[in-house]
Amino acid sequence: MTAVIETSGLGKRYRRTWALRDCTLAIPEGHVVGLVGPNGAGKTTLLHLATGLQAPTSGTISVLGAPPPSSPGQLGRVGFVAQNTPVYARMRVADHLRLGAWLNPSWDEKLAQQRIGELDLDPRQRAGTLSGGQRAQLALTLALAKRPELLLLDEPVAALDPLARREFLRGLMEAVAAHGTSVVMSSHLVADLERVCDYLVVLVASRVRVAGEVSALLATHCRLSGPRRDPDTLPADLEVIEESHTDKQSVLLVRTGEPVHDPAWTVLPVSLEDLVLAYMNPANEMAVRRPQLGLV
Amino acid sequence: MIEFQLDETSGVATYLQLVQQVHQALRMGMLEPGDQLPTAQQVVAKLVINPNTVHKAYRELEREGLVRARPGLGTFITRSPSGADPATQARFLTAMTDWLRSARSAGLDPDDIEAIYRTAFRACFTEGAA
Repeated sequence: MTAVIETSGLGKRYRRTWALRDCTLAIPEGHVVGLVGPNGAGKTTLLHLATGLQAPTSGTISVLGAPPPSSPGQLGRVGFVAQNTPVYARMRVADHLRLGAWLNPSWDEKLAQQRIGELDLDPRQRAGTLSGGQRAQLALTLALAKRPELLLLDEPVAALDPLARREFLRGLMEAVAAHGTSVVMSSHLVADLERVCDYLVVLVASRVRVAGEVSALLATHCRLSGPRRDPDTLPADLEVIEESHTDKQSVLLVRTGEPVHDPAWTVLPVSLEDLVLAYMNPANEMAVRRPQLGLV
Repeated sequence: MIEFQLDETSGVATYLQLVQQVHQALRMGMLEPGDQLPTAQQVVAKLVINPNTVHKAYRELEREGLVRARPGLGTFITRSPSGADPATQARFLTAMTDWLRSARSAGLDPDDIEAIYRTAFRACFTEGAA
């Protein structure tokens, strides 16, 4: 397995606060990875450490097999779209492309021109007067025309309306289909992630709560409902992620390697959203802490 | 060429929805041997889904022997699914109808019967599916 991002005990401290700690993670290549977690969980910090914009306080990180940013060559292999998809407000669209071409040896001018044409952007327009959706598309164009092997995006669609969001993700998925780019994208919009991501990392309170391929996560989690039962009496191979009880009934979200056959339970599949919310809920933090579920 | 749809409320995995739509199109004669499936790029542009999902669906169809990927050209239908022969289908339809009638005369209401059917169906088809 080749990892696009591999971290071990990675931590970042700002003065006395840890923004990320004990982060151990191996993201295999060829995936579109959704990075989710509550605000302040360390998502942006992890992405900044991966780009080399910040240096770790503890632990190690390697990106495409080398610590970032080890060389200009390696920088060229990683694309990054920062939060709020920043562009230069006073520069024209065409100037952004010229700057991109000048700064990036691997610049794909044909791809850049094609996307600007498809998006119907006026090359002479100043970026500051673009709509939010157009600005995000321009930022994505600059990142894609670099032809990176790994593209990192920090909340790229958070501020966009549903249509602009869909168009942005369409452009991103088309690029993945055409070039096989690996993507790591932080987002709060689980419905979007369900559509486009095939790998999930949930960060809570600066630690990795769960990580793995979406299909494997969905296959190994389910919701059980049945007569009230003390979770301690459950078989050992059931890991309870979330539980709620009334005087008569118990409802559990569990992780299990085996299908549940106990007739006392009604077994229901979980959606990705249920799963993400269960892991993000601070009330469920009691559950066994495991940095990674070994699904890579 | 067929166009895929996505039902986000169905709870069925996206790749499986694509597989099922090809089955359905074959059954209805909308697809025939020799027909080409949309490229991953086309499906991605239409549905805004992960290309790996399309590849996974096409691999599954290839495993079933229904399609073949021809490098550089695309993915093509090779044969129709061999549905059960009509006599076998009729035999099980009769047995199922008899069973439903006997359940009703035993005093079960439609909800009871559906719950039993679903439980049995799940026990039969989800074993080891994970």
